[in-house]
Amino acid sequence: MLLVSNIEGVIAGNGFNIMLIRFKRMLSWLCFMRFFVLLVSFLGSGAVFSAPNQEIRVAYLTQEKKPLAALSNLDEVVKDKGWQGANLGLNDNNTTGQFTGQHYSLEKKLVALEGDVKATFLALLKENYQLIVVNLPADKLAEISALNKQQALLFDVATHTDTLRNENCMTSVLHLLPSRAMRADALAQYMRKKRWNKWFLVIGNTSEDKLYAQAIKRSAKKFAMKIVAEKTWLHSFDARRTAQADVPVFSQVDDYDVLVVADEQGLFGEYLSYRSWLPRPVIGTQGLTATAWHKTHEQWGAVQIQNRFKELAGRKMREEDYAAYLALRSIGEAATRTKEVNADSIKSYLLSAQFKLQGYKGKPLSFRPWNGQLRQPVLLAAPTSIVATPPLEGYLHPKNELDTLGFDQPEVHCQ
Amino acid sequence: MKLKDILVASLFCYSAISSAETVFVTLEKDNAIAVVDPVEGKLLKTVEVGQRPRGIALSSDQQKLYIATSDDDAVIVVDVNTLKVVAKLPSGEDPETFALNSDGTKMYVSNEDDNQVTVINLIDHKAEKTVGVGVEPEGIAVSPNDEWIVSASETTNMVHWIDAKTLAIKANTLVDPRPRALSFTADGKQLWVTSEMNSSTMVIDVATKEIIKTIKFAIPAVGQEKVQPVGVVIDALQNWAYVALGPANRVAVINAKTYEVEKYLLVGARVWNLAFSPTQERLYTTNGVSHDISLIDTKNHKVTKSIAVGRYPWGLVVKK
Repeated sequence: MLLVSNIEGVIAGNGFNIMLIRFKRMLSWLCFMRFFVLLVSFLGSGAVFSAPNQEIRVAYLTQEKKPLAALSNLDEVVKDKGWQGANLGLNDNNTTGQFTGQHYSLEKKLVALEGDVKATFLALLKENYQLIVVNLPADKLAEISALNKQQALLFDVATHTDTLRNENCMTSVLHLLPSRAMRADALAQYMRKKRWNKWFLVIGNTSEDKLYAQAIKRSAKKFAMKIVAEKTWLHSFDARRTAQADVPVFSQVDDYDVLVVADEQGLFGEYLSYRSWLPRPVIGTQGLTATAWHKTHEQWGAVQIQNRFKELAGRKMREEDYAAYLALRSIGEAATRTKEVNADSIKSYLLSAQFKLQGYKGKPLSFRPWNGQLRQPVLLAAPTSIVATPPLEGYLHPKNELDTLGFDQPEVHCQ
Repeated sequence: MKLKDILVASLFCYSAISSAETVFVTLEKDNAIAVVDPVEGKLLKTVEVGQRPRGIALSSDQQKLYIATSDDDAVIVVDVNTLKVVAKLPSGEDPETFALNSDGTKMYVSNEDDNQVTVINLIDHKAEKTVGVGVEPEGIAVSPNDEWIVSASETTNMVHWIDAKTLAIKANTLVDPRPRALSFTADGKQLWVTSEMNSSTMVIDVATKEIIKTIKFAIPAVGQEKVQPVGVVIDALQNWAYVALGPANRVAVINAKTYEVEKYLLVGARVWNLAFSPTQERLYTTNGVSHDISLIDTKNHKVTKSIAVGRYPWGLVVKK
């Protein structure tokens, strides 16, 4: 730029013709120099990109699921939860990849209901897949992780299991969805803010419901709240017909501020609202719920991704889709910045302080190096609106307010 | 002659006394623009314009306002005197921000949902071309010499350098996560880019397209994750740069020569975009969540006033 302004100065002076010739010479020299500068910057490792032509191969491992009982037969059954989010992340990465000379591919392995997940996983390792998105239940995830021996980096887009983020934590697994502890803490922060201090806890009879209830109890202790009553819903009658009569009877306990329900599959929790003996809000797995993503979330640019997802998948985005999207985007960010594609480099970048992911929730997302959990705000959602997005104002943390949700470093005992 | 002189003088006087300038503010949730006399501190009127107005610019002759009405998928043209919509431009879907070239003949619009930039001819109001860029393009700027159109994509985390003549992407600069706004220095030698997710602003050398300085913001007693830079402006003399820090509710004052942050000025809640008064003695900010604009005295670097304007003020322009 300096050169150009000098030339202009010279032209304005005397001897215009001579100057013009000189100017032309300088211009061609300048063009050459610019080409040279561009060439150097393309070859160098600077900010302007060259075209290294890198292939980033990602696998997606999942298994058919047994259809579960549902509250209503009219509920839409979504079979590709997670997969569509991974595809959206793949598309976004490839849009970026055209500027970096990187190409991303996604190989889907859907294991049949009675099929062998371990064998499929080993086959992926044999094909040298180093980045694997895993959409499997906790027990299956633990099984394949035991076979991994740090050959691949696994992105868990399905489990909420607390033990996998604490005493049973696994090396080389990153968890994209909030744990039960994070969800319960998010709800507890809100209840504390509302001064709903006395809780009536209602628990379903599945093992997942018990894990959810454990997380709720941990949060109650953490935020100094009181569980004044606790009951288990036994499904010992046809709730559909008799909810109107049975819930009032079931819910006659000492006075409480809020009914906290643990029913992950959604088999009875919906019946509690409007039917309890005392008129109290319902919160937990039904009523006001804690989730990574919600169809009504639109703040912080979320409208854009909601639209892009709907265009791609023809349906609304679920939290497994969000998790798989973030898994692919994490890989994309790491590959763009490090220009490396092996599991070790990607993992060390993702666990470093440099990694900051835009996740449409108003705060940069990152991984907790102590257990591989993605730090993120948790949405508190009513059926058709977002009520709050913890961590809430006032819950302080010396390092990162997102760490007021779930297991903080001193609480984690990973081997 | 004498009469004319007096008339001119009185006119000059009038304009000097009554108001130095008018500020037009887009109100995202009111579907309207606010017309403000900033010196008097008065909201003059609110005019409905279309759904979810965000980006706003003034034509080079100061007679037309261009406003991106995002949910109407259009950029509208509003007569600055009558405040009536006089035309609609084919902006493509969900326009949020746009930039004009120096003679006001071309407009470049970011289409966030489609990963592209639409080029509009402002003489015949036709869309001329679309340029594919990264994921979720937002900030866009034209270099002072009209050589470059620079588009920042929020998810790809790059600024794309589009040759204004050929409309081909000539270079890409990888920047910190979620780049939001960009601004050239008056001499065209530097491009300043804000990163919302890394609490930073990068200074890019236009000749090499390389980052020469990354400025990090940290405010005592304000959580780092709240420091989310958005709008950035640099004064004509290139002494000072100002960066709006979003939910940190502050504007950073940066020495544009040393790149040191000299001050953080407390303004309204979720400060997003910035604009200078014509002589640059004042800086205006839109504060989305407190529904007002703040006035900053750029000589003393003090916030002097705030004016309530309407729901979710987003962008603003200042007319002489």
